[in-house]
Amino acid sequence: MVQGPTPAPSRTGSATVSARPAARTAPAAKPGRPTTGTTVSVPATPVTGAESIVRSLEAVGVDTVFGIPGGAILPLYDPLMDSTKVRHVLVRHEQGGGHAASGYAHASGKVGVCMATSGPGATNLVTPIADANIDSIPMVAITGQVGAALIGTDAFQEADIVGITMPVTKHNYLVTDPADIPRTIAEAFHIASTGRPGPVLVDIAKSAMQAQTTFSWPQELDLPGYHPVTKPHAKQIREAARLLATSRKPVLYVGGGVLRADATAALRRLVDLSGAPVVTTLMARGALPDSHPQNLGMPGMHGTVPAVAALQQADLIVALGARFDDRVTGNLDSFAPNATIVHADIDPAEIGKNRTVDVPIVGDLREVLADLLPELEREHAAQGKPDVEGWWRLIDSWRETYPLGYTPTADGLLAPQHVIERLGALSGPESIYVAGVGQHQMWAAQFIRYENPRTWINSGGLGTMGFSVPAAMGAKVARPDATVWSIDGDGCFQMTNQELATCVINEIPIKVAIVNNSSLGMVRQWQTLFYNERYSNTDLHTGHGSRRVPDFVKMADAYGAVGLRCESEADVDATIKRALEIDDQPVVVDFTVSADAMVWPMVAAGVSNDEIQYARGLTPSWDRDED
Amino acid sequence: MSRHTLSVLVENKPGVLTRVAGLFARRAFNIHSLAVGPTEHDDISRVTVVVDVDEHPLEQVTKQLNKLVNVIKIVELEPTSSVQRELLLVKVRADQGTRTAVLEVVELFRAKIVDVHPDAVVVEATGTAEKLAALLAALEPYGVREIVQSGAVAIGRGPRSITDRALERVARTA
Repeated sequence: MVQGPTPAPSRTGSATVSARPAARTAPAAKPGRPTTGTTVSVPATPVTGAESIVRSLEAVGVDTVFGIPGGAILPLYDPLMDSTKVRHVLVRHEQGGGHAASGYAHASGKVGVCMATSGPGATNLVTPIADANIDSIPMVAITGQVGAALIGTDAFQEADIVGITMPVTKHNYLVTDPADIPRTIAEAFHIASTGRPGPVLVDIAKSAMQAQTTFSWPQELDLPGYHPVTKPHAKQIREAARLLATSRKPVLYVGGGVLRADATAALRRLVDLSGAPVVTTLMARGALPDSHPQNLGMPGMHGTVPAVAALQQADLIVALGARFDDRVTGNLDSFAPNATIVHADIDPAEIGKNRTVDVPIVGDLREVLADLLPELEREHAAQGKPDVEGWWRLIDSWRETYPLGYTPTADGLLAPQHVIERLGALSGPESIYVAGVGQHQMWAAQFIRYENPRTWINSGGLGTMGFSVPAAMGAKVARPDATVWSIDGDGCFQMTNQELATCVINEIPIKVAIVNNSSLGMVRQWQTLFYNERYSNTDLHTGHGSRRVPDFVKMADAYGAVGLRCESEADVDATIKRALEIDDQPVVVDFTVSADAMVWPMVAAGVSNDEIQYARGLTPSWDRDED
Repeated sequence: MSRHTLSVLVENKPGVLTRVAGLFARRAFNIHSLAVGPTEHDDISRVTVVVDVDEHPLEQVTKQLNKLVNVIKIVELEPTSSVQRELLLVKVRADQGTRTAVLEVVELFRAKIVDVHPDAVVVEATGTAEKLAALLAALEPYGVREIVQSGAVAIGRGPRSITDRALERVARTA
């Protein structure tokens, strides 16, 4: 048996899961927790394959599907029309459907579902599937495939989507026998929502949809090789508690896994009990309230100086559902050189993947934290609380000297940071903020104060431009009572704004704030810093002083949404308030901002986190007196 | 870098070999050889993968393989406690003048002649990679016309069966 230093979840002699999804997941279902189960019981009933798909989706508890029909999936759309349980939202592009399913999953904790036809419909789902895979979003994608007899003949609209998505799904299926439909869909939802969540694609041949079959529920899952480990090793938990109780410079490095595991309440208890500083990664913003005094904010390439420096100088890092991504560690060899590493994650392959780990803990973070808290209390009772006062003095000095901030613009145009800061302040911590990718995303992660889990949604790992509008739509469908802001860039917005039509027609009143700097801002920032200000192909001509192609206000109007424009600081608050007043239709606000604003702090790609620049050319001189 | 032999028990389903091979490719691990075939259980196939990796990447390979839903179990077979064999078929020039000498080599390596033609013979041999390499070197002077070689298959020594142990677990939790 291959054994690493980590307690790999021994698949040795792995077991057949013969679990009934209903019996298995229903009791575990907690608010916001991925669940596939409803307690439906249906004896064998004669149906078509297409009906069997709809019945299976209903049985597994799906209430919303984002999709577009086409030739190979047409049989499914006929019975879908009669379903009273499954709402189908007709999107305008499959990519929009995929990201909408992600936004829905992010906001609700339930499995997001999207649907597309064969060939180009399916290939258009590849980007959102890859996005969901790297950000561990529970998603099921259902695609139509050409008839079984035509598979492999280069038939019209045929694409080997199972082959194409193999590297970017948690698992995928090709179904040609209609009898396999209910079990496959049950398995797909089980796999997507358990262990480390992820996307599962189910490709179903048109011939299987058209054939007669039987439907019954519940289904026995046949997954002999799938056993996510949820219960952590007691010995490792004890060791983690001992280290946390004795460390003088601890940091809790909190990643998106804490949100996926719905472990934020337990995290809060650990934070309070340990007294340790906390950093919340881009995927974990909102996992601990920003108002919590121990929250140092975001680490990484555009993290706060205190968060980056605390990790660098820590003697103990307790990573919870984080994966030591290169955007967090900077140059890996010089990352946190003196830190002992405790790494807790549900995916054993993450442990030791990038950084060597001293105390590996494989398990569901809720169980990990539930076990860790009493152990830590015991340690405290035995030897008192650790002395972290010196550590906090040092960190507080960084907080005082290097708070997040920005300089006024030199060209007199709006500062994008101001727009985003005001948006967060006026809309408040109960709103959901969904970003695209680029400068606006980083500013939204920095300048909005997140107080609640699942209120910050973005494309972290894949960095998918165009994520925001459709994901905001999905989030709004999941949380119709919440104010949902898409904070987007002018570049991102032009990639997926067609979903405004979906929002208008289906009465999904999202609000879009376009932080319009008339360019591909983050790329432009790198050109400013690393390419001698040679702005190759980054000017988009959408903003101040340009031809405004397109004019986003007119565009919103053409879609039947409300379009607003804001060009001066004096109008920012009033414009945001106006947008907040409109809750019966989508609103698009075009904030024309300076193209020269840059995201700071910054650790340039590949360099050590010690080289973090607070502002351009300004690297803190590390005072290690407290060491 | 060192050579490791992994026995991977997988579900006997279409596409599983692609999943295993694809994983090696996208995680940038090099496969030295790969062999796949049925086992004593209809539902389970066995993939034998020989990889050249260091200890740390090997751990990553194993963990990533374990994440494949169709992978049931992975065992590393150590050279000292397992039997490892490859199959070689080689077509060697052998006319009246050289046939006796070729046959001597074949005999020496306990290989077999499985096809005879006035100008050539086909030799079948099984053994470790080292033995087969030595056989080929010995045949080389006579003129090697064509070689086909399988990936390694391997099995642990002693009475224990990795498939049984895998299935015991299945029975216990089912």
